[in-house]
Amino acid sequence: MATTQPPATRDDPGKAELPPGAVPVVDVAGASPVRHPLRWLAVLLLAVLAAQLFHFLITNPHFEWSTVGAYFGAQVIGQGIATTVELTAIAMLIGIAGGVLVAVGRMSENRVLSTVCGAYVWFFRGIPVLVQLVFWYNLSALLPRISFGVPFGPEFISGHTNTLITPWLAAILGLGLNEAAYMAEIVRGGLLGVDQGQTEAAAALGMGRARILRRVVLPQAMRFIIPPTGSQVINMLKATSLVSVLALADLLYTVQSIYNRTFETIPLLIVACLWYLVMTSVLYVGQSFIERYYARGATRHAPQGFWNFALFRRRPDAPSPAADSPLAKEET
Amino acid sequence: MTAQDTQEATGPETAVPEATAAEATAGATGATGSAGEVPMVVAQRVRKRFGQLEVLRGIDLKVRQGEVVVLLGPSGSGKSTFLRCINHLEQIDAGSIHVEGRLIGFRRSGGRVHHLRPREVTRQRRDIGMVFQHFNLFPHQTVLENVVEAPVGVLGLSKAEARKTAMELLTRVGLAEKAASYPRQLSGGQQQRVAIARALAMRPKLMLFDEPTSALDPELVGEVLATMRDLARDGLTMLVVTHEIGFAKEVADRVVFMDGGQVLETGTPQEVLDSPANPRTRAFLSRFL
Ligand SMILES: Nc1ncnc2c1ncn2[C@@H]1O[C@H](COP(=O)(O)OP(=O)(O)OP(=O)(O)O)[C@@H](O)[C@H]1O
Ligand SMILES: [Mg+2]
Repeated sequence: MATTQPPATRDDPGKAELPPGAVPVVDVAGASPVRHPLRWLAVLLLAVLAAQLFHFLITNPHFEWSTVGAYFGAQVIGQGIATTVELTAIAMLIGIAGGVLVAVGRMSENRVLSTVCGAYVWFFRGIPVLVQLVFWYNLSALLPRISFGVPFGPEFISGHTNTLITPWLAAILGLGLNEAAYMAEIVRGGLLGVDQGQTEAAAALGMGRARILRRVVLPQAMRFIIPPTGSQVINMLKATSLVSVLALADLLYTVQSIYNRTFETIPLLIVACLWYLVMTSVLYVGQSFIERYYARGATRHAPQGFWNFALFRRRPDAPSPAADSPLAKEET
Repeated sequence: MTAQDTQEATGPETAVPEATAAEATAGATGATGSAGEVPMVVAQRVRKRFGQLEVLRGIDLKVRQGEVVVLLGPSGSGKSTFLRCINHLEQIDAGSIHVEGRLIGFRRSGGRVHHLRPREVTRQRRDIGMVFQHFNLFPHQTVLENVVEAPVGVLGLSKAEARKTAMELLTRVGLAEKAASYPRQLSGGQQQRVAIARALAMRPKLMLFDEPTSALDPELVGEVLATMRDLARDGLTMLVVTHEIGFAKEVADRVVFMDGGQVLETGTPQEVLDSPANPRTRAFLSRFL
């Protein structure tokens, strides 16, 4: 090494020959990647664990995979699934509709209305769903008869609570009203997430309050509302299993009533687990599509193509916006 | 012209005629017959406070039909607030604002003043366009959908008809080829021009601009000012809050200087900008030299 040159590092002998202040010609293409030995160790460990789990699943006779197979497509299981899906859908619809109403009410300038809606959320979020379900189911002990009519005036319809509130209705009421409280908070958060300037711009255009909510605020709030709502639907699907305490034949209750007769407990529970996983997976994919729809206009990029999205491919970088257009006066 | 002159100009003798039943019908027919007689905007001793802070302390201002008035003033002087009072985005506490002879936000009957219902306020806003500093385009709608939204939803135009007008307006602001883009795919200057087209689509008789170029990079200011100059040339009545002194000199018929919630000086651009009478106007303008 030349002693007259500035001190050069050992790794970079080329630098020694360069005049002071110059930079060597380097091309980083084909650089060797950083090695991660610990990562490889973790992968190895997980592979061993996975192999063990697989071995356990195959060799443990208590799984009774043939029984699982026999029941997986059984018609009675299908009816249980139908009930579970039906409960999820109806309770969720009540939850979403009620949630929007309660959220808008909570944000109202009317103090009484906003307090009542706040109290609703406090009450229904504060009591476990299971307790609410049992309570609705036993409503007849509190109110033997239910009637609809003018308050303190004539009745139009009335009936025994026990005949009106069937297990099915108790389940719908318990799940739906509870869900409305959670959805109200989600919707409110979404509405608050939309810039106040949007409402003002719409108002300045002569749009009324309902139209502003429907056309301007809600569609934008959807971007904030959809992801947590997706988890709510998945939670709801699982929460419907609670209605088995009301002797309502959902998926869980159906498998329970079978294994109570046949004592094939584990394989039937596995059937239920597999079906719950299938349903939640379908919901997960559906949620991703809805999210993508409401994300339109949210980024500077054009919407992603279907297959890129479905295969989790990264979107190609969107082309840069075209150069500014000429001004109107230059055109005319 | 001094502040006293302003008081006189909009004083009781030239004030808006007392409201009568005929007033509403005159407004409804567009008041085209009386153009040039009924002033576009008459603000009389307008007061507005936010809690303890009195932001507007008796604003008197008149804007004639077809006039371009530029509102100048230091930050916090109440320019935005005043503009927002004109289309009742803010409710005034005292005084009155008339647009084309119609009292904004209130109605007189039997010698008393009543608040208008939200629906009636909404109706009054149709004829008053507003352009905001931060554009406030609807990000979930394309440029075309932004422009078409209110004409279809509020005026009840057919989609085809509204689209046709929208495309004409977008051509006018030089953005016809961006009709299918989403606002976030546009530059700031382009977004503001879309916002102007969106406001124009309601065929407003009055346009309010609140610092339309303040959020823009310097090289994008010109395209928005050019669009506004174009509108002024077409005879649109405009009330513009801006710090673009050059624009005021070139386009404004009148310049109004506000400070501390009051109008301190008003006159032609030459009067106010070149030889301001009020020392506070002078101090304010010296910052732009
Ligand atoms: N909604 C509100 N609540 C409370 N105070 C407000 C509100 N809006 C405006 N103000 C206050 O009123 C005063 C005037 O505000 P305004 O926005 O009208 O000023 P401006 O002249 O437009 O200023 P700038 O040039 O900075 O935009 C300010 O002190 C501001 O803080
Ligand atoms: Mg302002």
